[in-house]
Amino acid sequence: MIPSMPQPRAYRLIYTGYIVAFFVYLALPLTVVAVFAFNDSQFPSLPWQGFTWNWFFGDTRPQIGVFHERPILRAIGTSAFVGIAVSALSLAVGTTNAFLFNRYQFRGRGLLYVLMLLPLVIPGIVLGISILVFSSRVANIAWDAAQWDVTALRPGLMLVILGQFSFITTIATLVISARLQKFDRTLEEAALNLGADRLTAIRTITIPYLMPAMIGAFVVAFLMSFENFNTTLMLVGSDAPLTIAMFDRLKEGSTPLLNAVSLLLMLGSSLLALVMIAFQRK
Amino acid sequence: MQAHARLGFILLLTPLLLWLSLLIIIPHIDMALLSLRERVGVAQYETSPANYLTFFGEPLYLRTFMRTAVMSILATAITLLIAFPVSFYIAKIARGRVQSALFLLCLVPFWVSELVRTFGWMILLRETGVISSLLQYLGIASGPVEMLYNDAAMMVGLVYTSMLFMVVPLVTTLQSLDDAVIEAGYDLGGSGPSVLREIIIPHATPGIVAGSIVVFMLSLGNYLTPTMLGGKDSLWFTQLIYSQFIVRFNWELGAAFGFMLLILSSVIVWAMLRLTGQTLEKTMG
Repeated sequence: MIPSMPQPRAYRLIYTGYIVAFFVYLALPLTVVAVFAFNDSQFPSLPWQGFTWNWFFGDTRPQIGVFHERPILRAIGTSAFVGIAVSALSLAVGTTNAFLFNRYQFRGRGLLYVLMLLPLVIPGIVLGISILVFSSRVANIAWDAAQWDVTALRPGLMLVILGQFSFITTIATLVISARLQKFDRTLEEAALNLGADRLTAIRTITIPYLMPAMIGAFVVAFLMSFENFNTTLMLVGSDAPLTIAMFDRLKEGSTPLLNAVSLLLMLGSSLLALVMIAFQRK
Repeated sequence: MQAHARLGFILLLTPLLLWLSLLIIIPHIDMALLSLRERVGVAQYETSPANYLTFFGEPLYLRTFMRTAVMSILATAITLLIAFPVSFYIAKIARGRVQSALFLLCLVPFWVSELVRTFGWMILLRETGVISSLLQYLGIASGPVEMLYNDAAMMVGLVYTSMLFMVVPLVTTLQSLDDAVIEAGYDLGGSGPSVLREIIIPHATPGIVAGSIVVFMLSLGNYLTPTMLGGKDSLWFTQLIYSQFIVRFNWELGAAFGFMLLILSSVIVWAMLRLTGQTLEKTMG
């Protein structure tokens, strides 16, 4: 089973074959999406009509490329804005959560820790509708009480951000906690002995130590926000983030434009993943 | 110093409490209250279990609910069966650079949106798709073959979409298993299957549980894959929730559906933890 154990040749061949088949299965859908972004045809399907860059740079109908397609560009902007807001919020709350669970022993700590994990086991669509229901209730109360229309609480970007934040925070907390647990507290005590006050010690010793995890948490949060679908679907208003905009188009039928957007997404997220790995190595 | 520590504690506790209460706990209580409300007239409501009675009284709702549960369990089982040998290969057989390269390759597809992955399967499986064309080219099929819009296509998509969440915990737990333990199993007269059953699987249980919980949750709560790859007969429970909320605007019934989904997922996750003697803190934290 393991290399130190002799195995029949046939067994090893079959096993290796299985692994190869698995990786082909993994790569296949992404490969076809990427390849058909260059097909000079109205449909992302065979037959192959020749190579073209038009689905990226084309500016005449019917082949308008990504870089000339306003709605798609706007949706990318919306997604980036939501992603940055969600990552910043999750990072802030994730960091305070990590310090709280790492540094303090208090009554109800165990219960709060389980509650903190809970968003991971709530289906995204349920998170979405519960926030939708509650925010509408608050908005209605505000309207009935003072004729005050709180548009931020109606479906729209604000709710999308809150909805994604509600479960991405758990992930940020776990990523940062994992590194904080490995931190050697005596380093902080040394700083205190050398005359630093508590905040200075944390700012100059602990936070730099946590930095790789914080950057990791930020990137993971951004990617999760960017590709989130379920929670966003229930909370979205008129400004659609990219996944929702692409979903609407896909329902109507697809053109290689969607392949081009997808390919850009793949490149973008691989780049971010590489940046993150580079930071983790340091 | 005491007062100082106390202030710090309160400052750290506040964001956690605000987040959990305003975005998780109170919204779910509110959703439960809404689901127990029945509209009796214009802007007139009564507390009643009417929405739940509708759910249990309408065969379509109940059947979709059960189907979603069974299919999600099936998807989890298939994902586990496919992922286990792969994870074992990455953790125990591949070495050094190959090991990390294979592990990274497993992660890559999941850095892109689920929408892109689903789109890829649509291009492959549809009537004018790549596989259909290939079959015609090879002479296996005489005309276009539609492989999209059925349960099998949906299952392929569900398994694909959640593969990573099974592979990562499995590789992590399997890596912590010492090779010497496996060798000892063989030395003591064990065969391949008995070593697998008595040493490897028990050791990997925390990873299997963690992976299964996440994959099950993701399948149960999936909306995109059943909508894009599944057919007219493969209605998914999340689609019912969506249509009650967004299309029919019947929030009371939609909230009841949401609550049923939440109960279903909690019960199955709890049962999985109980059966294997794990806790949520250990598997997720």
